[in-house]
Formats: sequence, C-alpha cells, structure tokens
Amino acid sequence: MKVIQYTEIVDEVSRICQEANFDLAEDVVNAFKESVKTESSAAGKSILNQLIENADIATSNRVPMCQDTGVSVFLVKLGQDCHITGGRLEDAINEGVRKGYDEGYLRYSIVDDPITRKNTGDNTPAVIHIELVEGDTLDVQMSAKGGGAENMSAMKMLTPSAGLDGVKDFIMKTVKEAGPNACPPLVVGIGIGGNFEVAPYLAKKSLFRPVGERHPDKDIAALEMELHEAVNRLGIGPQGLGGDTTALDIKVETAPCHIAALPVAVNLNCHASRHKHFVI
Amino acid sequence: MSEKRIRVPFDPGAAESLKSGDTVLLSGTIYTARDAAHKRMAEQLENGEALPVDLEGQVIYYVGPTPARPGEVIGSAGPTTSSRMDAYTPALLSHGLKGMIGKGYRSREVIDAIQKNNAVYMVAIGGTGALLARKITASALVAYEDLGTEAIRRLEVEDFPCIVINDSEGNDFYESSQQSFSND
Repeated sequence: MKVIQYTEIVDEVSRICQEANFDLAEDVVNAFKESVKTESSAAGKSILNQLIENADIATSNRVPMCQDTGVSVFLVKLGQDCHITGGRLEDAINEGVRKGYDEGYLRYSIVDDPITRKNTGDNTPAVIHIELVEGDTLDVQMSAKGGGAENMSAMKMLTPSAGLDGVKDFIMKTVKEAGPNACPPLVVGIGIGGNFEVAPYLAKKSLFRPVGERHPDKDIAALEMELHEAVNRLGIGPQGLGGDTTALDIKVETAPCHIAALPVAVNLNCHASRHKHFVI
Repeated sequence: MSEKRIRVPFDPGAAESLKSGDTVLLSGTIYTARDAAHKRMAEQLENGEALPVDLEGQVIYYVGPTPARPGEVIGSAGPTTSSRMDAYTPALLSHGLKGMIGKGYRSREVIDAIQKNNAVYMVAIGGTGALLARKITASALVAYEDLGTEAIRRLEVEDFPCIVINDSEGNDFYESSQQSFSND
C-alpha cells in the first residue's frame, strides 16, 4: 500500500491551481492557431490572435490569462490501495487551493452563502468529485471554471419521444442563447442520460478531455463532429462578433438512464479552458 | 465603422459620436464596478444618498481584477458579463453615466435607456485580462473596500481597446455582425 502525505497533495494542488491560470494548455492554444487559419471574419481572426497574445503574456509574466480565476473544480481518481496520512484528502485539496490562490495572486471568487454573499477570502471551498479506482495512484485533475460560461450552461429533463433531434435542438438553443456572454470560442461539454444530477456531471467531466480528442465510441465521436459543425454554422463567432469559430470543440458523454427519461446537460466553457493534472 | 481615439470621462457630445461597430481606444479615467458594487449603489440611490462617485459623463468598466503582484499596477483585468448589471443600469444612466464597458448582450430596457440618455455600451475582449491590464496605468481604491475585488476603483487607461455594441441611435452590433455569418 502506497502512503501519500497530506502536505504533498497540498503542494501539488497549489502548483496546478497557479499553472492552470498562467499556462494555457497546448491543446487550446493549438486550437486557436488552427482556427485563425479557417476563420473568415477579419474581426474574428483579430480576436483569436489577441487570445494567443494574451496566453503568451500570461505565461511569461505569471499573470492570470483571465481575471476570473474561477471555481476550483477537481476530478479525483483515488486508487483503493492508497493510504493518505496527515489529514483528510478534501482538506488537503482545499488547503492547496488556499495556498495556490494566495501565492499566485489569483482572484477570490467564492461567496460563503448564495443569498447573503460574503466572499470567503481564499477561493475555498473547492468543488471536489472523488471516484474510487483500482491501483495505488492518486490522480487529480483541476479546472479553473469561470462564472460567465457556467451561468449560460443549462440542463433539461427531456423525455424519450424527444429523441436525438430533441437533444440536438436543446444543445443548439443553449449555445445560441449564450452568444457572447459565455466568451466564445467555446468548448461545449454535453452529458446525455443518467438522471437529474448525473447529466450535468457528465457534461462537466467531458470538458476535462483535451480539445481535439474524439470520443472512443465511434457513434459518439460522429455526434461530436456533427454538433461542432452545426454550432459553427450559427455565426456567433469569436466573442459573439460574428464568424465561423463559435466552438473550438464539442464533447459528449452518455450514461444509462430511466425508461421514462432523456436528461441532457450542456456545460459551456469559455475559451480559457484551464485544466491541469497531477499523479502521485 | 472606424477606429476612434476618445478621452474619458466623455466631453459633451463625445458618447453620441460613437457608433455601433466602431473600434475605440479610450484614454483617461474610468471606474470599476460589478455585481456587488452595483447593488450597493442602487441601495444608496433608493435611500436618497449620494453615490461615492459623481457619474456625470463617466464610464464604468465591469471588472473584478486579480490582485496586483508587488510593483505592478493591477493584476489581470478583463471584462465580466454585463447582463448581470442590467437591473441597475437604467438608474445609473439617469444619474449621468455615459458609458459602460463589459461583454455580452444587454436587455431591451438597457438598450432603450442607452438611447434615451445618449450613452454608449462598449465591449472589450473577454478573457484577455493579461493583455488589457497593460492598458491600465494606475489603479486606486475609491469605495466599498470591504467588497474586495468587487470594490469601486478608479483606473487610468491609455488606448484601452473597445468595440461599440449599442449606440445612442439604438443600433446593436451583435445583431448585425452575427447575422452576416449565420448559415443556420
């Protein structure tokens, strides 16, 4: 059984919180560069080039690429043969967030109560999802998830007669209504199936996959590509100022569901699709 | 559509001269305010109290910057979604506010109030906070310090790049620009 120290988790979480906000991952930067080549709007091209320049400044000056340094969302795969010593895993993650957001001069964007709304002053609590898996590794993925795109995300309990067409209509409607508010070019995460809480979780989880990577199931991969083309025909474009690059990518995840249900969730991510990862 | 260099706060008539689709480089003084500061200003107006800033001719930038590193003026400072300020905006426009910088759609009420008050709504490129911070040369706390990143700050800007969306004639650049690329 592998022993993992609490303090080791704190330090790694702190590091990836900062790197997520300073160093835009290569898959996203490459998607910007590819889109510049195909975007037919001059304004859209100019915006994409500014996104590339912004990412360069963020990396070299260690300044956040976006002032919304987000809710810190964690997907954790905990090997059943790991033993964490020195404290609870969730406490270690929150302490890492506290440390990373303080040392990195990142913004505190969390309020303690949705109604009375006092800032917690350290960006905690993080949103933490833990899955138990085989093996003796601790695998942690972090996303700094901005509020603007999250606000334009949506979920709908469709019923089976709506079918795939109903699902597609809801996805298109959600992206259309989001327009410039969600900071396009977007990464669109879609969860189909499960139940009322599973569909949004699938949508969120799908956003952790690299931009440009297709789903291993060929039917889902084909759906991703079809939706991507359809979304880019909407004309919203970079920042909603018109163009062909409304989405950098579309991700779909599915799960079994009730005979009466067809849940669908659309979780939008802005172009600052910030994800980092560590394994102990 | 053209590129214009404009001083802020606006001289009389300057806000009206900006047209939907114009690219604008703003230089001068602007104020930051987002959700919590707007709520507080609305409460002060309701109670008949004076606002912490005289809004006559001024521009509000919807931004909650990241903290400045030592020796820096400001951290990352890009626009936040403007629609969350819609509920409070008509009242501020009727108190002299002439311009707003944010990102995203405005409500019908706000678009009408912009036209009625000869004001202007501009957007900066969302998610380019590192780039836009380079156009900010000074930052000073003005009011509501307890709100942290949501406090009101006075910013000095130089050639701060914006695009005009809603102008004093009621035009909407989002509508016209998206239409020309839609194959839906």
